Amino acid sequence: MKAIRNFFEKTKPHVQKGAKYHWLHSTHDAVFTLFFVQKNTSKSGTHIHDFIDLKRTMGIVVLALVPALLFGMYNVGYQHFGALGELGTAGLMDMFLFGLLKVLPIIIVSYGVGLGIEFIFAQFRGHEVNEGFLVSGLLIPMVMPVNTPLWMIAIAVAFAVIFGKEVFGGTGMNIWNPALIARAFLFFAYPGQMSGDSVWISASGVDKMVDGFTGATPMALAAAGHTDALNTWHAFVGLIPGSIGETSTIAILIGALVLIVTGIGSWRIMLSTVLGGLFMGILLNIFAGDNTYMALPFYDHLIIGGFAFGAVFMATDPVSGSQTVKGKWIYGFLIGVLAILIRVVNPAYPEGVMLAILLMNTFAPLIDHYVVESNIKRRLKRAKATI
Amino acid sequence: MSKHFKLKRGLDIRLKGAAEAVLENAPAPTTVALKPIDFPGLTPKLSVKAEAQVKAGDALFFDKYNPEIFFTSPVSGTVKAVNRGERRKILEVVVEADGKNEFASFTKADPLKLNRDQITGQLLTSGLWPFFKQRPYGTLAKPSDQPKNIFISGFDSSPLAPDFEFIFKNDIAAIQTGINALSKLTDGKVYLGLSDKTANSIFSGLKNVEVNTFSGPHPAGNVGIQIHKVGPINKGELVWTISIQAVAYIGRLFETGKLDLSKTIALAGSEVKAPKYLKTIHGAEIGSLVKGKTKQEGTERIISGNVLTGRKVEADDYLGYFAQQITVIPEGDHYEFMGWAEPGFGKYSASKAFFSSLFPKKEYVLDANMNGGERAFVLSGQYEKFLPMDILPVYLIKAIMANDIDKMEQLGIYEVVEEDLALCEYACTSKIKVQEILREGLDTMVKEVG
Repeated sequence: MKAIRNFFEKTKPHVQKGAKYHWLHSTHDAVFTLFFVQKNTSKSGTHIHDFIDLKRTMGIVVLALVPALLFGMYNVGYQHFGALGELGTAGLMDMFLFGLLKVLPIIIVSYGVGLGIEFIFAQFRGHEVNEGFLVSGLLIPMVMPVNTPLWMIAIAVAFAVIFGKEVFGGTGMNIWNPALIARAFLFFAYPGQMSGDSVWISASGVDKMVDGFTGATPMALAAAGHTDALNTWHAFVGLIPGSIGETSTIAILIGALVLIVTGIGSWRIMLSTVLGGLFMGILLNIFAGDNTYMALPFYDHLIIGGFAFGAVFMATDPVSGSQTVKGKWIYGFLIGVLAILIRVVNPAYPEGVMLAILLMNTFAPLIDHYVVESNIKRRLKRAKATI
Repeated sequence: MSKHFKLKRGLDIRLKGAAEAVLENAPAPTTVALKPIDFPGLTPKLSVKAEAQVKAGDALFFDKYNPEIFFTSPVSGTVKAVNRGERRKILEVVVEADGKNEFASFTKADPLKLNRDQITGQLLTSGLWPFFKQRPYGTLAKPSDQPKNIFISGFDSSPLAPDFEFIFKNDIAAIQTGINALSKLTDGKVYLGLSDKTANSIFSGLKNVEVNTFSGPHPAGNVGIQIHKVGPINKGELVWTISIQAVAYIGRLFETGKLDLSKTIALAGSEVKAPKYLKTIHGAEIGSLVKGKTKQEGTERIISGNVLTGRKVEADDYLGYFAQQITVIPEGDHYEFMGWAEPGFGKYSASKAFFSSLFPKKEYVLDANMNGGERAFVLSGQYEKFLPMDILPVYLIKAIMANDIDKMEQLGIYEVVEEDLALCEYACTSKIKVQEILREGLDTMVKEVG
């Protein structure tokens, strides 16, 4: 430990401006601060500072993602052996290890490409490396279908980091959630590979699937009118085909609990998104007629597809989401409404959550603008009242 | 009509080392000094040269742009040095006390029988005028202005703050005289804010003043918060604020005809051996107050003022103009391995991201470490929790960063000064220097709008 510290302390002068290795400055700072909270003390302003920093904040989000990630790995194996018809013989560890080996490369590629680009941009800008990608880099694999080729992951990450974030000025300045940008990029750039029934199940090396096995997600089935195929309990636990991290509502709820208890994630956005989803679900139920998808019980919408994952981990991104208290309620509610609406009514896209969140990301500044304006108006009114 | 205001937002940071209700006479300082940097925007011009003899109440320097505002010596003695910084900016004017306690003489009179000009004149020549601050901007009040109201806070809610009920218990008569003088300076009212925590406050019997009570965490004791609740400042309006200490000074001046700037301060903080109250004088040398009283002399951080708004000082520095306490905390200039990833049972935090939030009653030792690097704004909804005003602090700070004067005005810059947003700076995940940014914004407003 002391050796590491000495190494970083000794090398520090060599990465300062004008020194030979200045091009390593951001990298040096990022790694050094990762290992050690620095010894710099307050020079002006308040003398004490809260122990919380961005590393802690992002660390907690990553922690909240872990249950969903671990379950996702297990589910990759479960779906694989399910497709082979070997669920009876494969053990829990077999399934988990199979999933781990499938998912780990995706995570490595995501972090490798993303952090590489972040480090380069930070160095060019003369900034510290921002911790935001620690979360984005894990979110991206979790919203991908397990069969996505690694080269596509790499391209999507690069696109998301450069065009989703850095062109706007880096972390804190981006308009859209970078992880969803990655997903949307693949969805529109490679629709052939990114939809259909085969991408959700890792079936490499499988010659023949069991009879009647399609690999379709519950949503694809529902869109095709087969709502009766949905097993609510399976969907809630997460033993259904879907993107790696999004299937288990239980694991996501554990994450939500972590975010809410620590105050890192906005409970207002989570709650209002769920309320919005329920509202739209009920509305569709009422006007369903003989449309089976519209008649899907409104509560089932919360547990299939990426709704829960989106509400807990995507909509709550503090940078791309609404930032005022009132704004958060409106923003979340509209995400819920739009997600279900797009999901059910639009035949072209089987999933609406991603598009709903991206759309509301776009409108979040507008919502905030009106909240701020109302504050200004209230203050003006007060001024007139006293004159 | 006394009103009660309940504040919900804010935070009482629980620090170790609150001052015990024990009063000790600090040794008389050999030197005292006035520091123009205690007044944002002040350009001082010297009235005396080094080696000049002065009495307590003789002018040391004055405001270049309002030459009738004098800053006077708290003691009699010799002007020892005028210490200057970059571009010959005056940092401090030091007076070596001669121990004779000679006073310049001023009019002894009942302020209720004087008119506004007489009172103003006496306050200006005696050097008590600079204790008046104006809102907006928190700058020196101008004698020619007519304030809508004058506000005084009767309690300090900041971390380890002194108990005003204790330090002013023998000053009540002077404070009453002072308030009588204030009541002549405004056509409006003089307001006094008290905490509802102290039943039977020593201040509750004061006359010619409207008393309001406040409950809730810091910054409830900030006069700016109290103004916001009682009668918020709008564009074009002007109020004055003054500390209860200065009101006592004013009272003593009119009662005795002398400038008596003795004061009681709290010596507090985790690094003080026995935190207690000290009787000393305005502008006293820090060494005279802390020497031999702290645990690790030379390595700790001494703050003239509280941990949120105070100024870092060394033993050879001087007590700030408005300081009512000295706080001593560890400097904290050490590395911590993976500190950000610890469970954090002993790490007090305004957030709930550390296990310390399970122990809401414990007191903590906090040091001056930054605990992280500066980043762009990432989190939202953080600042609002610590500002009990109808103001959106993040949007205000962003407007200042963008130098957008219209927006600053609309978002309420007239109502706040640095101390009101200090908690936001403490709690900020991105370690943004909120107070510094706000002062830049206030300076811009002074320059552009006036």
